[in-house]
Amino acid sequence: MFKNLKHEILETNTGWLVVATMFAISIGGLVEISPLFFIKDTLEDVPGVRPYTPLESRGRDIYLREGCYTCHSQMVRPFRDEQLRYGHYSLAAESKYDHPFQWGSKRTGPDLARVGGKYSNEWHVQHLLRPKSVVPESVMPNYPWLLTTPLDVSDVGARMRALRTTGVPYSANQEEYRRNVEKFGEQVARTLHIPDAQKNLVAQAQDGNYDGDRSSVSEMDALVAYLQVLGTMVDFSKIKPEDLVKYR
Amino acid sequence: MSTSVAAASEQYDYDIIKKFSVMAIVWAVVGMSVGVYIASELAWPFLNFDSPYISFGRFRPVHTSAVIFGFGGSALFATSYYVVQRTCQARLWAPGLATFTFWGWQAIIVLAAVSYVLGYSQGREYAEMEWPIDILIELVWVSYLAVFVGTIMQRKQPHIYVANWFYLGFILATALLHTFNNIAVPVDLFSMKSYSLFSGTQDAMTQWWYGHNSVGFFLTAAFLGMMYYFVPKHAGRPVYSYRLSIVHFWALCFMYMWVGTHHLHWTALPDWASTLGATFSIMLLLPSWGGMINGIMTLSGAWDKLRTDPIMRFMIVALSFYGMSTFEGPLMSLKDVNALSHYTDWTVGHVHSGALGWVAMISFGSLYHMVPRLWKTEMYSIRLINAHFWLATIGVLLYITAMWISGITQGLMWRAFDDFGNLQYSFIESVEAMHPFYAMRAIGGMFFLTGMCLMAINVYVTIRRGVRAATVDRVVVAAA
Repeated sequence: MFKNLKHEILETNTGWLVVATMFAISIGGLVEISPLFFIKDTLEDVPGVRPYTPLESRGRDIYLREGCYTCHSQMVRPFRDEQLRYGHYSLAAESKYDHPFQWGSKRTGPDLARVGGKYSNEWHVQHLLRPKSVVPESVMPNYPWLLTTPLDVSDVGARMRALRTTGVPYSANQEEYRRNVEKFGEQVARTLHIPDAQKNLVAQAQDGNYDGDRSSVSEMDALVAYLQVLGTMVDFSKIKPEDLVKYR
Repeated sequence: MSTSVAAASEQYDYDIIKKFSVMAIVWAVVGMSVGVYIASELAWPFLNFDSPYISFGRFRPVHTSAVIFGFGGSALFATSYYVVQRTCQARLWAPGLATFTFWGWQAIIVLAAVSYVLGYSQGREYAEMEWPIDILIELVWVSYLAVFVGTIMQRKQPHIYVANWFYLGFILATALLHTFNNIAVPVDLFSMKSYSLFSGTQDAMTQWWYGHNSVGFFLTAAFLGMMYYFVPKHAGRPVYSYRLSIVHFWALCFMYMWVGTHHLHWTALPDWASTLGATFSIMLLLPSWGGMINGIMTLSGAWDKLRTDPIMRFMIVALSFYGMSTFEGPLMSLKDVNALSHYTDWTVGHVHSGALGWVAMISFGSLYHMVPRLWKTEMYSIRLINAHFWLATIGVLLYITAMWISGITQGLMWRAFDDFGNLQYSFIESVEAMHPFYAMRAIGGMFFLTGMCLMAINVYVTIRRGVRAATVDRVVVAAA
């Protein structure tokens, strides 16, 4: 039956060549990508994982802007050395609100998936201003402008609305707010409420005093707030081993 | 005979090819210079000069975009427009649209570079362009597809030549990848900032499906199109095996699309997906080497050209690097090897043995073949081509050797334990150990860049002579 199906048909017919090529290049992606959106074990609900606060989210924007991912990964692999160096291996759920993901592909510097809480705010500020002042052998660039540039907070609401469109549960109305209270508790839910975004951002920057100057909100405040939350949302001491095997 | 030569100039639309060829060389010089600069920043960090605009993180995408899309892309536009016209014996369909692809593509590279430096980035490797640029790419790409397919449909003989299959596969796959990998929600219509629609695991999967297939189609299939035309043409021999080229094409198209997940071994991606990726990566060795053999064996009966013709040497060394990279790739996709190699400089070395050794060298060979034919003259200096060849070869070898050593050293240092079961090295000790290799890599890059500058000079003089000769011809004709 296939005797008449010669390759010549494809070679002499532009339309068939296009169709056959499209077919050949579509299968791999379809098989590997589409199941991830449907099968349950891609992403588990892990207690503690929450969307970023407005300040952390703006810090993440700066992380992207400066291209930190070109030298730092955010994905601890399940090896003994990485466990010792960085901490518990990363769970899929821990990056479920990351639009885009920042797992990275290169460790010119160390992994940052669990850097939160490891160093003080003062250390981070000093390190970002002049890495060599705290780690003399470092090859990381200095980022002096982070401290001198005030954070642009004008569009933080618009940014959160865009993220809400992608599926991050920031609340735009009372109904969504109530759902967040149920899911994350009242304290977290308040920080996820878009109408209060600017107020919350400034409040967190002043409370946290990340850059050592409470009078204004700098880009340094935002970036340090983001770095300090990385990998801290899940409390692994509270997860039972039999539950952990279900997470990836 | 003389009439047919005269007619050739009107037979094909060469103007657009000339433009793209020149820009390919311009972007190569720019992109490789930035590459050498950022490599030097890693070796000598004071070069960041506390400036946001040239700090490594913002400057690195300028390098990758300028070399991949600027140099590689322009070289592909140039050669594909050349090959499709000559093998179909037809002029470009819709020359206006083709002109749009030229100006559109150049605008994309400039906008991308400027936007990265100013801090606009999607934060996804090789897809850093923000959404307005992505839309422009989409428009240019659809026009490119239309021009290319339209030209094929004007062909004078029934068969579509094999080089065109590869170019077509590359154009279709790139359209598919670019579209699905850049689905994002802009903050608002007047904001450059957008957020990827997917998150975490799904986003990682989509990004590396794109990332590896950009390598597979943009940097491999398309340049194989180049190979299937320019190697037989320059050697004056037919393609070694027609049957092998059919297998090569379909196996490559089908298998490449599965392998992206090997970038995500040991991550939070479900295990089955990365295992599947590794499996296909290993199978991909067969068509890759089939293609390499097909290219190299095309030279059988004309081996002496390797001694006498540096252009041929560029092409064959390119194929050798293609073979080496496509062997190294499957090796690195094995989970146990990947556990060591991932996140290290070994990956960077692997990319560059493919990008410098294969992509750049086959482009140099093709451009050296094409430029004198476009401007109807001879290359100004064969000795300069020869010098370029040796500088490029030494440069690549220095580069990848440095990265092999540093990558494996990093991987071993990170996982080393002392007698008490503690980590033997702190992270910063591994950074310190990299310094000599980062310096060596930068020097390798400088060699490669120097060769590139020789090419730019050689081509510039050649074009100027070609243009002068043409003007003299016209004067003579007018006087007659």
